[in-house]
Amino acid sequence: MKIDTLLNELFPGEHSVINTDNILTGFGMTSKGEIAVMGTTDHLAIGVDTALILADFVLEVIKDRPGQPILMLVDTQGQRLSLKDELLGINGYLAHLVKCLELARQQGHQLITLVYSEAVSGGFLAFGMMADEIHTLPQGKVRVMNLPAMSRITKLPLEQLQELSSTSAIFAPGIENFIKLGGVQTVWRQPLAEQLVKVIGVETSADQRRQNGLLRQGRKLACSVAKRVNAG
Amino acid sequence: MEHLEFEFKGSGNRQVDRQATLVGVVSSGNLEVMLENVDLHGLCRINVSTSAQGFTEIWQAVLNDFAARYDLADLQISINDGGATPAVVCLRLDQAMEEYLEALT
Amino acid sequence: MSDLSGLRRGQSYYEATARSRISGLLDSNSFQELLGPADRLTSPHLEPLGQPCSFNDGIIIGSGKLHGLSVLIASQEGGFMGGAVGEVHGAKLTGLLERAVNEKPAAVLLLLESGGVRLHEANAGLIAISEVIRALLSTRAAGIPVVGLIGGANGCFGGMGIVARCCDTLIINEEGRLGLSGPDVIETTMGVEEFDSNDRALVWRTVGGKHRYLLGEVQHLVEDDIEAFRATAINIIDEVQSPCLEPLERSSELQKLTLESLQQEHLDLSRRLENYGHCQDGTEIWSEMCIDDPEKLPLMDIPRFFKAVENNI
Repeated sequence: MKIDTLLNELFPGEHSVINTDNILTGFGMTSKGEIAVMGTTDHLAIGVDTALILADFVLEVIKDRPGQPILMLVDTQGQRLSLKDELLGINGYLAHLVKCLELARQQGHQLITLVYSEAVSGGFLAFGMMADEIHTLPQGKVRVMNLPAMSRITKLPLEQLQELSSTSAIFAPGIENFIKLGGVQTVWRQPLAEQLVKVIGVETSADQRRQNGLLRQGRKLACSVAKRVNAG
Repeated sequence: MEHLEFEFKGSGNRQVDRQATLVGVVSSGNLEVMLENVDLHGLCRINVSTSAQGFTEIWQAVLNDFAARYDLADLQISINDGGATPAVVCLRLDQAMEEYLEALT
Repeated sequence: MSDLSGLRRGQSYYEATARSRISGLLDSNSFQELLGPADRLTSPHLEPLGQPCSFNDGIIIGSGKLHGLSVLIASQEGGFMGGAVGEVHGAKLTGLLERAVNEKPAAVLLLLESGGVRLHEANAGLIAISEVIRALLSTRAAGIPVVGLIGGANGCFGGMGIVARCCDTLIINEEGRLGLSGPDVIETTMGVEEFDSNDRALVWRTVGGKHRYLLGEVQHLVEDDIEAFRATAINIIDEVQSPCLEPLERSSELQKLTLESLQQEHLDLSRRLENYGHCQDGTEIWSEMCIDDPEKLPLMDIPRFFKAVENNI
């Protein structure tokens, strides 16, 4: 879905979201009031500069619009792979964005994510995955790595990976798999404005992903292992 | 993966009161060995999970030698192996025993 | 080589296993393991792929004493699948951080050595790292400092590189590497012109301990000696515990996340990008920092290195 279409469907009233070099920032009006919107488009790879611009927006929202929900629209091919980014300490920049989002949560901003195209690995980890509510459009593509690359790196035969991915949600790309593991909550269908309004204001406290992974039988151990460590 | 089980009858009575002993790291050409006290009616049982298929006889030979050297009873030995050579397996088993028996001396 | 090891007083952190790092760091015989090997909490996802599992799933967790103070500790085993994070591995770490909120130890020590997500269970590993991040930041919000230690052969990369920078403070040795995408990943994807991962000197100038220290990505650079890591960790935690210090007097490295602290970090990171964004090599950045003879820094031992940079950081 094109970003303009998506924004119009999410905010049929009005929005002020602008696209600057594939980074989205602005505000949208819903029937439950105004919300902040940030994200990426055109499969943008997240580099140090991207992380700073997004973090800057989060800090502005915390400062000027206390408690306003933040919607993250995700379309990223992952972190930017470059020597320059590594030289500057890109992991520190992504961690900065993560910490800004955590501060927003702690200060009462609800964090909502909608994957509307690609959501890959480090890029997804650095913002979309920080949300309390993580949803996707049917055409969302969530992954760590495609199977051919995975095969190359693990030196496991591609056929074996393909075969196993038909029965296991654990490593193969796809939103069904991430839903099964608890990493994505639901698929949003039309009308999108209604779906958005439905989750705004939903009370969420702790990270629910392990419980959902267990309920959906995709991650059967994470929940009990963490619980045993905590209780043991 | 291949899973092998070996049992040896021992007369040894060198039970050490301690938690599981673990030595080594599972990686390519390396292995981890865990020793636990378990009532096995005088047996020493060795379970091997290995990524290298078809080496049962070699394991048998290495472990025969090991069992003869230490004469162990009521001991569960569990091995996760990433394709270690017999020499490395012997070394890790000896290290594990050394650590296990440390509490005796 | 034997001559060199004879000069060293303690035990190399770089070469030690995850387990021996713990016993070297903590007060002797104080470590109590949680979910140890006898619990056999192995990954169920490796066997179907013909991969051997490990009784610890590549991470050892538990509690112990550091200079008499109670701490929780986790240590990733780089030898097992590069310390990569799978479902069980990640859940052990998340559980430990959540336990800290209830138990209120003086600190949590994270001995990080990891390539990031374990591809054999990639989706579960990615979600697990995200859960670790949230648990870590909740632990910090509860007022418990989280100290990261980096210095193993596999470095600290991928999602764990982000986790590291979510800690209050980091200790690294010269051999330690910290980054996001490993040099080999960048070379494989973008080509050898972008990053030659076999150029070891280049790799260290980019992601190595000295450069990370100069940038301010890590707060403490130490010798490759477990005792040096221990002494530094004790200093950090003693300072937190000291009743004489008001929160504002504490070193700025140990503070809850606030709008002010993140605005300051934002300013620092913006300045770094502005000042060094054009640089192609670590030596260029060090030169911009007005360090004399920057090309000599990689060759210096730690005391000489500190002397050479003391006026520049």
